[in-house]
Amino acid sequence: MSTILDFERPIADLEAKIADLKASVKAVTAGPNSMSTEVAKLQTKVDQLLVDTYSRLNPWQKTQVARHGDRPHFSDTVDRLIDDFTPLAGDRAFAEDAAIIGGIGRFNGRAVMIMGHEKGRDTTSRLKHNFGMAKPEGYRKAIRLMELANRFAFPVITLVDTPGAFPGVQAEERGQAEAIARATEACLNLSVPLISVIVGEGGSGGAVALASGNRVMMFEHAVYSVISPEGCASILWRKADKAADAADALKHTAQDLLRLKVIDRIIPEPMGGAHRNRDLAITTMGQAIEQELGSLSSLKPAELKADRRARYLAIGRI
Amino acid sequence: MSWLTKLKTKVGSLGKRETTPDTLWHKCRGCGTMLFLKDFNANLHVCTHCGFHERIGPAERFAQIFDDGVHERIALPATPDDPLKFKDSKKYVDRLKEARASTGETDALVVASGRIGGVETILVVQNFAFMAGSMGAAVGEGFLKACAIAVERHAPLVVFTAAGGARMQEAILSLMQMPRTTLGVADLKDANLPYIIVLTDPTTGGVTASFAMLGDIQLAEPGALIGFAGQRVIESTIREKLPEGFQRAEYLFEHGMLDQVVHRGDLRKRLITIISLLMRPQKSAAA
Ligand SMILES: [Zn+2]
Repeated sequence: MSTILDFERPIADLEAKIADLKASVKAVTAGPNSMSTEVAKLQTKVDQLLVDTYSRLNPWQKTQVARHGDRPHFSDTVDRLIDDFTPLAGDRAFAEDAAIIGGIGRFNGRAVMIMGHEKGRDTTSRLKHNFGMAKPEGYRKAIRLMELANRFAFPVITLVDTPGAFPGVQAEERGQAEAIARATEACLNLSVPLISVIVGEGGSGGAVALASGNRVMMFEHAVYSVISPEGCASILWRKADKAADAADALKHTAQDLLRLKVIDRIIPEPMGGAHRNRDLAITTMGQAIEQELGSLSSLKPAELKADRRARYLAIGRI
Repeated sequence: MSWLTKLKTKVGSLGKRETTPDTLWHKCRGCGTMLFLKDFNANLHVCTHCGFHERIGPAERFAQIFDDGVHERIALPATPDDPLKFKDSKKYVDRLKEARASTGETDALVVASGRIGGVETILVVQNFAFMAGSMGAAVGEGFLKACAIAVERHAPLVVFTAAGGARMQEAILSLMQMPRTTLGVADLKDANLPYIIVLTDPTTGGVTASFAMLGDIQLAEPGALIGFAGQRVIESTIREKLPEGFQRAEYLFEHGMLDQVVHRGDLRKRLITIISLLMRPQKSAAA
């Protein structure tokens, strides 16, 4: 059973009603025509409600949508968009960190390096992937893969979906801050195109470390922020229940970030959010990545680096 | 006198919080001992009893590090105040106003040039007294300016970090300073100029996870808190017990994250040695 968000309750209620009606149509063969008209009417209502609700999501609701467990994950995307995917693991120093996975493969026929956070979907896989919260070894693996891509002239695609870098004792001991700083540096040093997509949650430094690209795109209902609304509320309001206010203040929606020129493009989500139609969302993302890769294909290695540099230097300047 | 506007700064007096009303005494935050303010100041704001390194601001730092304390402040680019119209329990513009009034500075990063052991050096100091040294656009832009001046003058860059992390009131624009400052570091590296970091208490969050951990040489003051995640977050979210000395300079040294932990009294001498070694008559194959 998929998670129903609070504000989706009216939609879920209608959907339940439709299911009931359909069931009763099966049970009572009499008057199927009037029944199916009723179902069709209700379905139109559901669709309208979905469109209305999702066109008016507030920043806090978007946060919840961005975290929905049924959104496209890294593995879903690779399954659908990448042929010959060959996972590459380990940082060659300490461990393999499954919070960030990556590898080489073909995207629309061209060889690419793709990497990103994986949150996992059930209890076992969530634990395995540590809920998408990477440790230093995850970022160091990412650096290794970026350098590999650079040497073999593979464009790099990064998919970001993380609550943030893992805040643990051992992660600190092994240099979480240094690993993130070096990963950001590695992004900026690439002589190949780097396309980043914020798929769900873009959580702070743990996201930037993979997302310092030539083009940064966001799904329509994804969020990207320096801190979670809950974290911000507990620090600035000193109350975690002010998360909705913090979400408003943080301007972390794709729409805000496009306006601030922090991102370059919004990838539209299917009606009612990417979690309702993962495959369609991934296809749309694939088209956007293809277009952006195409737009960078004429740039020489030094120009790609200069393009990234200019992009970041321009952000927030008067 | 050269083209520099030279000025000699005296070791500034401490803030009121750390001193008794008559300002003759200072109570050590490390051991609680009452110290003669005169002795404490003469000892570079380090406790003469337990060695606790009290936080100091840009004026004290410049006075302690530059040759004879002589330096020239470098004007930093203007950035938008409150670009997101941020308001929590208080308006960000009001917080800025207060911080400016209490510190006399525009923002949390201060840059100066001067000589260290005779070598012209650009010094960056993050001022913890200004909104916990937090990094927003002004800090990022100031850092980039410092890097640009260092490259232009072919001078080493020394950074004294101190930050609670990101300037939350600038939200995503604060986060964007991580890649932005990293671009400045890349310019120094391309120019083969020494980039020396001195981590001071405390350096955390996005500052640690960007320019503060990318130094050619990583030094830290004793006892400085240095980390990415906050200790409360680690304890409350992950429910891990923190080991003794966790995230302190000595702990980072043991875990291979630092070159040296240097007592404040030795810092100037150590910097002179490092700079003189790295800036030896050049060299550069690229030249
Ligand atoms: Zn003491």
